[in-house]
Amino acid sequence: MSKKLLLDKIGIEGIKGFEVYRREGGYKSVEKAFKMQPNDIVEEVKKSGLRGRGGAGFPTGMKWSFLAKPEGVARYLVCNADESEPGTFKDRYLMEFIPHLLIEGMIVSSYTLGSKISYIYIRGEYDWITDILENAIEEARQNGFLGKNILDSGFDCEIYVHRGAGAYICGEETALLESLEGKRGLPRIKPPFPAVKGVWGSPTVVNNVETIAAIVPIINEGGEAYSKIGVGRSTGTKLISACGNINKPGVYEIDMTISVEEFIFSDEYCGGIPNGKRLKACIPGGSSVPILPANLLLKTAKGETRLMNYESLADGGFVTGSMMGSGGFIVLDEDQCVVRHTLTLARFYHHESCGQCSPCREGTGWMEKVFTKIENGKGEMKDIDLLWDIQRKIEGNTICPLGDAAAWPVAAAIRHFRDEFEWHVLNPEECLKRNYGLAHYADELQAPVTA
Amino acid sequence: MIFSEEQLNKVNAIINRYPEGKQKSAILPILHLAQQQGGGWLDVSSMDYVASLLNIKPIEVYEVATFYSMYNTKSVGKYVFEVCQTGPCMLNGSDDIIKYIEDKLSIKKGETTADGLFTLKVVECLGACGYAPMMQFGKTYREHLTKEKVDSIIEECIAKAAANN
Ligand SMILES: Cc1cc2nc3c(=O)[nH]c(=O)nc-3n(C[C@H](O)[C@H](O)[C@H](O)COP(=O)(O)O)c2cc1C
Ligand code: SF4
Ligand code: FES
Repeated sequence: MSKKLLLDKIGIEGIKGFEVYRREGGYKSVEKAFKMQPNDIVEEVKKSGLRGRGGAGFPTGMKWSFLAKPEGVARYLVCNADESEPGTFKDRYLMEFIPHLLIEGMIVSSYTLGSKISYIYIRGEYDWITDILENAIEEARQNGFLGKNILDSGFDCEIYVHRGAGAYICGEETALLESLEGKRGLPRIKPPFPAVKGVWGSPTVVNNVETIAAIVPIINEGGEAYSKIGVGRSTGTKLISACGNINKPGVYEIDMTISVEEFIFSDEYCGGIPNGKRLKACIPGGSSVPILPANLLLKTAKGETRLMNYESLADGGFVTGSMMGSGGFIVLDEDQCVVRHTLTLARFYHHESCGQCSPCREGTGWMEKVFTKIENGKGEMKDIDLLWDIQRKIEGNTICPLGDAAAWPVAAAIRHFRDEFEWHVLNPEECLKRNYGLAHYADELQAPVTA
Repeated sequence: MIFSEEQLNKVNAIINRYPEGKQKSAILPILHLAQQQGGGWLDVSSMDYVASLLNIKPIEVYEVATFYSMYNTKSVGKYVFEVCQTGPCMLNGSDDIIKYIEDKLSIKKGETTADGLFTLKVVECLGACGYAPMMQFGKTYREHLTKEKVDSIIEECIAKAAANN
């Protein structure tokens, strides 16, 4: 059993409510934090090595230290609960079943950053979770943890939940801020960064739900202790939402020392693949990160066991590796079609492109069309190269990283599964009736793969 | 569509969550209320009404209402099924569920049944990938869908509609 810091109490009856949560040691970090100076808390967070859990993995303590503090200007903390990356459903789990953990983390973080009004931007579809959070906020207020002069600290704080309305792009932090201002979710050109000019032009920190929740154990146990869990620059624990073709889909809290193989096949986690099927491929960190065939997923190109952490998942770069991303772990069994799966992702990014940049707006639509053609047995060999070409032209040429996020899954699918694409082209009738299958994707790697 | 006094109090409470002069920020939550009040969709007069409540131009509301996928700017049925079709749901058979609903209700994706009872929408990942296939149905999700579950949801709706008439 690996150590749990966030979900350890989730099974306790009544933990959703303030009373039980408090009895189980909840809100202690608020009491402790109020005895500390905000700068010292930032130092603890730096020491912890905590990296943002929203996808990019940026060190949280460093982000906090960048927050501008001009005299007489309000500062804001905004929690990113937009959670729309396909494969990702961890924040929902935390908010739904242990909402006070997020509220507790929000209070400590707000105090540290000097945010007297903080917002939780939640995706609009999580309607019932909005009610759960608002209820938790009300309970916290009634017990003196929110409002004016909290616990006689002199610190005032309010938290509001702001519900979005269906737009993946609003998870991108500047689009989120536009949306919070009541506009379309169009990403802003950076700089200026939110830390200097965020919501309503004020300095703003945007952090993921899980990041903010992790502040609670960091304050309780100290940054040093937190940094000792895990390995290397992958400190602390990570929530992984696992889905696709596995026996036990769900949300797991792991310490980042376990292997990918253990995660997929052990009963403590995903419990293996249903119906005795074999593993074909996996997207380990949400739809935007590269897909890997089974052989490169379980072992790195150098033949080392691949682990569930930032460094190991990224080992080999985009040529033979992938990324931790948002922790959305999608498993494909031997009967799944990588072309079809990637087609749904191409359609997703086309649907979600905000349309500001032509490479992203046009490129995503074009990729969806070409994918549809190949999947329906109407593809030509040159279409595969065309797809490669389009994704290359999007990557790096857009305002926000959604363009890259649309390009990477396509690039990786072609890089690793090119023969499956070619098989569709060469077998236009058969590909409508059956899938390509496992082929050689789980075979032992012959020679080290190089760029 | 106009709001009742109670709803107007709620509108004011929402506006007060944002700093003075930033009342435009309340647009998303208030459009949610307006859509609910307006039978599941937003007509032009509702959007104009929201603009007047927030003291902003109607175009600012139209811009927002047409950007976000949860707002319907065309009328929808009494019950809306929003079935997820993205990768992880597809791996668990969402295509079959969508086809089943289409056949059962004799409508295609995006259409409403002739009696105005059901609309079928396909949507992109709703953050329930581990509980696939799934759909959004009103305020909550229906997960681990099977054909039998779809049948019983449809029956539940028909019974509810009959009871209301
Ligand atoms: C297209 C796009 C979608 C994103 N969606 C989310 C999201 O749903 N949740 C999230 O926390 N971060 C998301 N991010 C990352 C945010 O921009 C931002 O980096 C993050 O919220 C910072 O929090 P962290 O430092 O705690 O990870 C997204 C980024 C992009 C480019
Ligand atoms: S990359 Fe795509 S989503 Fe991002 S700003 Fe450009 S068009 Fe919009
Ligand atoms: S893919 Fe359907 S809920 Fe995520």
